Amino acid sequence: MAWRDAKASKVRLFLFMASIILGIGAVVSIQLFSTNLKDNIQSQSKTLMGADFIIDSRQVPTERAQAIIDSLKPDASEVNFVSMIAFPKNGGTKLVQVRGLEGSFPFYGQMETQPTSAATTYQSSGGVLVDATLMLQFNVKSGDSIKIGELTLPIAGALNSIPGSSAISASVAPPVIIPNRFIEATNLLQFGSRKEYQYFYKASDTLDLNLLETRLEPLLDLENADIKTHIGSTQRLGKRYDNVGKFLNLAAFIALLLGCIGIASSVHIYIKEKLRAIAVLKCMGASRLQSFLIFGIQIAAIGIVGGLIGSLIGVGLQGLFPYLLKDFLPFTLEISISAQPIIIGVLLGLMMSVLFALLPLLRTWYVSPLEVLRVDEKATQEPLKIRILVFGAILVFLFLFSFWLIKNALYALAFVGATVVTFAVLAGVALLFIKTIRNYFPKSWGFTVRQSLLNLFRPNNQTVVLVVAIGLGTFLISTLYFTKDILLDKTEIGQSTENANIIVLDVQTEQRDAVAESISTKDLPVLNNIPLVTMRMHSIKGRLVNELRQDTARQVRGWILNHEFRTTYRDTLTASEELEAGTWIPRLKQGDPVVISISDNLASDAKVTVGDVIVFNVQGVLMETTVGSIRKVDWAQMQLNFTIVFPAGVLEDAPQFNVLTTSVKDEASSAALQQDLVSRFPNLTIIDLRQVYNLVEDILEKVSWVINFMAFFSILTGIIVLIGSVRTSKYQRIKESVLLRTLGAKNKQILQISAFEYVFLGLLGSLVGIILALVSSLALALLVFKEPFVPSWIPFLVFIPGITLLVLGIGLSNIRTVLRSSPLEVLRREG
Amino acid sequence: MPKILKITGLEKTYTSDNKQLTVLHDISFDVEKGQTFSIVGPSGSGKTTLLGLCAGLDEPNAGRVELCSEDLSRLNEDQRAQLRNKEVGFIFQNFQLLPTLTALENVSVPLELQGSKEATKKSMTLLEKVGLGDRVHHYPSQLSGGEQQRVALARAFANAPSILFADEPTGNLDAETGEKVIQLLFDLNKENGTTLVIITHDLELANRTQQILRLKGGKIVTNEPTPIL
Repeated sequence: MAWRDAKASKVRLFLFMASIILGIGAVVSIQLFSTNLKDNIQSQSKTLMGADFIIDSRQVPTERAQAIIDSLKPDASEVNFVSMIAFPKNGGTKLVQVRGLEGSFPFYGQMETQPTSAATTYQSSGGVLVDATLMLQFNVKSGDSIKIGELTLPIAGALNSIPGSSAISASVAPPVIIPNRFIEATNLLQFGSRKEYQYFYKASDTLDLNLLETRLEPLLDLENADIKTHIGSTQRLGKRYDNVGKFLNLAAFIALLLGCIGIASSVHIYIKEKLRAIAVLKCMGASRLQSFLIFGIQIAAIGIVGGLIGSLIGVGLQGLFPYLLKDFLPFTLEISISAQPIIIGVLLGLMMSVLFALLPLLRTWYVSPLEVLRVDEKATQEPLKIRILVFGAILVFLFLFSFWLIKNALYALAFVGATVVTFAVLAGVALLFIKTIRNYFPKSWGFTVRQSLLNLFRPNNQTVVLVVAIGLGTFLISTLYFTKDILLDKTEIGQSTENANIIVLDVQTEQRDAVAESISTKDLPVLNNIPLVTMRMHSIKGRLVNELRQDTARQVRGWILNHEFRTTYRDTLTASEELEAGTWIPRLKQGDPVVISISDNLASDAKVTVGDVIVFNVQGVLMETTVGSIRKVDWAQMQLNFTIVFPAGVLEDAPQFNVLTTSVKDEASSAALQQDLVSRFPNLTIIDLRQVYNLVEDILEKVSWVINFMAFFSILTGIIVLIGSVRTSKYQRIKESVLLRTLGAKNKQILQISAFEYVFLGLLGSLVGIILALVSSLALALLVFKEPFVPSWIPFLVFIPGITLLVLGIGLSNIRTVLRSSPLEVLRREG
Repeated sequence: MPKILKITGLEKTYTSDNKQLTVLHDISFDVEKGQTFSIVGPSGSGKTTLLGLCAGLDEPNAGRVELCSEDLSRLNEDQRAQLRNKEVGFIFQNFQLLPTLTALENVSVPLELQGSKEATKKSMTLLEKVGLGDRVHHYPSQLSGGEQQRVALARAFANAPSILFADEPTGNLDAETGEKVIQLLFDLNKENGTTLVIITHDLELANRTQQILRLKGGKIVTNEPTPIL
């Protein structure tokens, strides 16, 4: 019977199925992708690091650290730092990461170069491997030269990839690899420059790397060095991508949820139309269970077949993810298929469709045979207790599935809560709209507009479901858009000359005046000339840092204990600072106790407050200071901000280097300044903030592309729900329009009625979606990014009309059939 | 008397599964202005098809329909709709009210389509005439069958039609309610001078009209004035 009944409604049942196919496809593809990612990270564990373990230090290793490093006999080593390079061929300059390598690193995986041989010959030939994209940008080829600091070397080849580096990390400062023996000659490792020393080891298979890490870590910690094993690194990497996977999974789950709500709504109408038939069956002796099963089996079959088709689509789709995420992955992803996600897809399809269709399905249980004679809306309502039970079951299932996805009960609860609130707000607004229209019906409006408004609450209307579907899609894309706006606004640099957009780092004391003069002679302002003094904390509130490191119950955050602080001294607060506690001391006289100002994040991480004593190790000299004030610092401002500021009159004689900033009008003057400074002072590092801004924009573009891709599933599901709804109400529309035509309505009037109805739906859905997005973006801006939020007009000007037009297009897709239906045939069918 | 409806050599054929089924064969008759006219015949004799063709709801395969001096074959869909809106009223067996509209709004539809400014006022008067002055804001689902048919009656007369087609107007009503509706139909017809074309199985009802056309197997058996009158 179920089969016979389904055959008669196959097109509609197929549309129900289509609603969940995409959601299942999305979940399965992401599940498969996550599984593959985990497997790949596991299998490529060593290749990802290129070694079995690494010891690294942000300073020249101390004597004791060096002894540990040497005792383990490193197979290769590297010193890396960020610096400017120049291409003499065309004068181009660029900030890069210089890696001075010694030995045959990597031991696992390989450096991919063009020509291939360059990866092995550059050490002996004394050439440089330059990031391939960088070479393309500056139009240089193998054999051309590159100037690194004071040294000019030939380019041996283009570097396509090196283990452990992703495209995104390389785009910040592209790598340039040189033989380690040339590092000294570059003269770039000067005082104050940031560098990292790395020692690479290849271990025998029998060595217990975890044990080695546990033993060496505390020892190296004391010497400001660190050990990383390939196992630990892949665990961290796996965790990072696992988070991405969880996020994508939740996004896919939302699409599935939307599809299920679409199913519930369509099944509701489908069952309502069948109530008389069910009553007839019951008259003929069908039991409650039999009549329930006739439709229950149909829905279960839809779920299973939809789940299966969705899973197969998911298998096909997973191939897209490596492409989508290629810039974020430090390795090539190999795709394979495992059975588990496919089984989950089918089960999910079955569970979700049956659960969501359960409430309308239950009406078949409660329908009375008496309804053969008269269908009474209220008579078939199931008891409240049953409805509550069904809703409860849906919520429990949603929670369990989210928990399975993100493995955190609190987050799963928050996700289910937030989803329910979002759906409830969208549905609530739709209901409120319907109620308002009913109560304050615009009686003076034209006939066609009024008729289309009335259609929104015709019997069996799907206004609420459609507003939820359209609203959710709009909400997702608008939130993405607004969030991107907030993030980009944070990094935006004003075009006015007061804002610095070029920062010159590593200026040695003796170079300071000459660099400032170079800037001034180009008619550019020297906006800041900030002295920098590096130091580490020696003791905090009387407790030695070394002691704190070993205290497992300490409250001070770890980074404080190992960090090399770059401090400055000045007598004024900057625009990005605001005094939060204590008193700002601008200047001290010789012999006064040293009072410093610290940032609010440092105060909370180091658990210190005004009046606490911190002793600093200023390059070998211990200096006792007292916290005099705490500043709130707006780190989002693209300018030089400091965690620790000394008053004037204390550090002037300490070894220091300077940072100069200026503002350039355009690309050309920036390039000219960089070329001039790099040729005269090769040790300088120059950051063009406009390039950083472009880079941030680029990264956000890529991230939002991935997120948009996920939102696309929800939007597409929304479209399918919309098509399903249009299809479901098609016969009713034909009947109405035929009747109107019989009474003398022209095709234009009928077309207008339908068009207005969809325009109202589109406008309402998209408007509610955007308003919700505004609220959530405002919350994000205030609570997460702590930024003022000025929404852009684009979503209002583009999304609302765009989405409304899309809804209108889908809504009117079958209007020709409606307009061409023969009135006589329809009217007769009704008889 | 001038003719309001002239049917000449009408034929209608339906094609289903490559088989042709001729529902109406060579039908010709006239209806005079102001006349009451009934079409009777057994189920499947082609009554409703004939009514649809007369009212321009469908197109014949052959023959000619002239309604209110307009040759329907020369009019397009919209022009036919406009003619119906001005000159024709309908009553259906199953009422065919728009479920989203109240009784008052349903009656207003033909007037609204004409762009009449007094649609509500006129509709109100009509509903009062059919005895539903206190049910004007009720939706069809809140009305009984008899009440729904009275709303349909009011709607049919809303545009003051020259001709009114009624397809089994009492088919879904009990005898007592049916009688009330018919009485109302005839009263309104008399009052407005409307031509009335009724399709019915009910010979008693047919006998109350001036002319009866009998159909069988898609052909006219007889077309003669009602003997009792």
